[in-house]
Amino acid sequence: MKQKLRPLEVIMNLLFLLCGLIAIVFVLFISIYLIVSGLPAIREIGLVDFLFGKEWASTAAEPKFGILPFILTSIYGTAGAILLGVPVGFMTAVFLAKVAPPRLAAVVRPAVDLLAGIPSVVYGLIGMMVLVPAVRVAFNLPDGASLFCAIIVLAVMILPSIISVSETALKAVPKEYEEASLALGATHIETVFRVSVPAASSGIAASVVLGIGRAIGEAMAIIMVAGNVANMPGLFQSVRFLTTAVASEMAYASGLQRQALFSIALVLFLFIMLINVILNTLLKRKKG
Amino acid sequence: MEIQPLSGKRKAYDRILRFLLYFCAALTCALLVFIIGYIFVKGLPHVTWEFLSTEPSFIRDTIGILPNILNTIYLVVITLIIILPLGVGAAIYLTEYASNRRFVAAIEFATETLTGIPSIIFGLVGMLFFCQLMGLQASLLAGSLTLVIVTIPTIIRTTQESLKTVPQSYREAALGLGAGKWHMIRTVVLPSSVDGIVTGCILSVGRIVGESAALLFTAGMGMSLNNYFASVDNFLHSSGASLTVALYVYARERAEFDVAFAIAAILMLLTLIINLSAKLVGKKLKKK
Repeated sequence: MKQKLRPLEVIMNLLFLLCGLIAIVFVLFISIYLIVSGLPAIREIGLVDFLFGKEWASTAAEPKFGILPFILTSIYGTAGAILLGVPVGFMTAVFLAKVAPPRLAAVVRPAVDLLAGIPSVVYGLIGMMVLVPAVRVAFNLPDGASLFCAIIVLAVMILPSIISVSETALKAVPKEYEEASLALGATHIETVFRVSVPAASSGIAASVVLGIGRAIGEAMAIIMVAGNVANMPGLFQSVRFLTTAVASEMAYASGLQRQALFSIALVLFLFIMLINVILNTLLKRKKG
Repeated sequence: MEIQPLSGKRKAYDRILRFLLYFCAALTCALLVFIIGYIFVKGLPHVTWEFLSTEPSFIRDTIGILPNILNTIYLVVITLIIILPLGVGAAIYLTEYASNRRFVAAIEFATETLTGIPSIIFGLVGMLFFCQLMGLQASLLAGSLTLVIVTIPTIIRTTQESLKTVPQSYREAALGLGAGKWHMIRTVVLPSSVDGIVTGCILSVGRIVGESAALLFTAGMGMSLNNYFASVDNFLHSSGASLTVALYVYARERAEFDVAFAIAAILMLLTLIINLSAKLVGKKLKKK
């Protein structure tokens, strides 16, 4: 006997299909919307002038829309955060996955989770009230708000992602590898760094890429510590990132200036998509 | 055979790396302790009943954050109402209905892409689409709709994971007894994965409470008490700052640092509570 499909079943099937499609719809929607609203300004300013122009003066009588300072700041800031954050995060992950006594790990792990849950404005506030004055005094600057502060705040903010992804990768290393190394006479630490870490390398690389994505996309925390002037990046210069350029002018922008902000968002989005694709291939390779 | 002692070089390698591991883990924890301690010391003294239960008054020159607390609660509730059916539906489709592997991979890729997109881009697209194209202006509804896009990957992923833990035999038993697919999902699969859905909700609440960049331009910066539910027009067109946005505004634009720290302390408390409850629910899930 062949069962007839009940109408309710068909309807539910369709409904769930629609829900399933929603993520794809959102991504397409965001991509198309950004491209459509980001392209006009680029066309008007000219791609080369826009991407490689060194001056951003959106409200001047003769406005200039060069976003090279923002692009470079974002790249330097992210690189700096990775340079500081990855070693600490990586070592903490190794500690949690391989070395820590279970009781200690049970204290450190929730601390890492908590670090991930702290809202970015809180990081920004601490950076603004503690780090910026400290940097001003320590380096004898007129104003402490600088790329340097942003790098430190970003380094702290990417720690949790790096730690949790690397830890997962390290834990997935087959026990046999380590046992073989131990049996050959390597110490525990040697085993961890010469066997487990190389075996987990693609997962650790994924954690770094994830950290890059986090750092390049962060806006609210660094808008509070980076000083927010459209300078070419210097370690103790007041700078603007791609994200903060959008956030700081959006409220009052109009006309071409406003469209140029959408174009900045489009550039940021392209960076993020590139990172996403790299991340996905890394994670897939780990699985395969 | 005699066991040879470790050479000096290997001993040093072992010692140094072990020290670095402990040092980095300690540094991570110290950072967390410092952040929490600093925020509480600076913020908690300013958290008074009056602060929590009034709105800002220019006449009396007092600042209260009741509107922001309410706004945050409204945002959480409205977002969850929209997102629960959508997210859970998508997860059900992925685990129960979808048969085309490529299609599933496409949806999962889209979900991961959404996870990686920075909130400032969500905020921008939300502002363009919901506030301008749909004519909502900066309002709680526009904010919530933007947050739906921000949090949907979280809900889909956690629900999917808990759906996968429901034993296949349950499904077969239900189908064998003649239940339709939807009937089976409603009566067998969903009840046994409630814990996962709840975890997803808690994580989403965490994300919503901590979100700021996506809300700045969509939910706006309204600081006064507003009865959103008095009329449709009020609901659709009144802006309302969440706690995070209020923190940003008070710290950056009004230099009310005591207020900012007090809000930060409240946000930290919320983060602690949310983390703890996610952990408790997660543990319960594991026991099953």
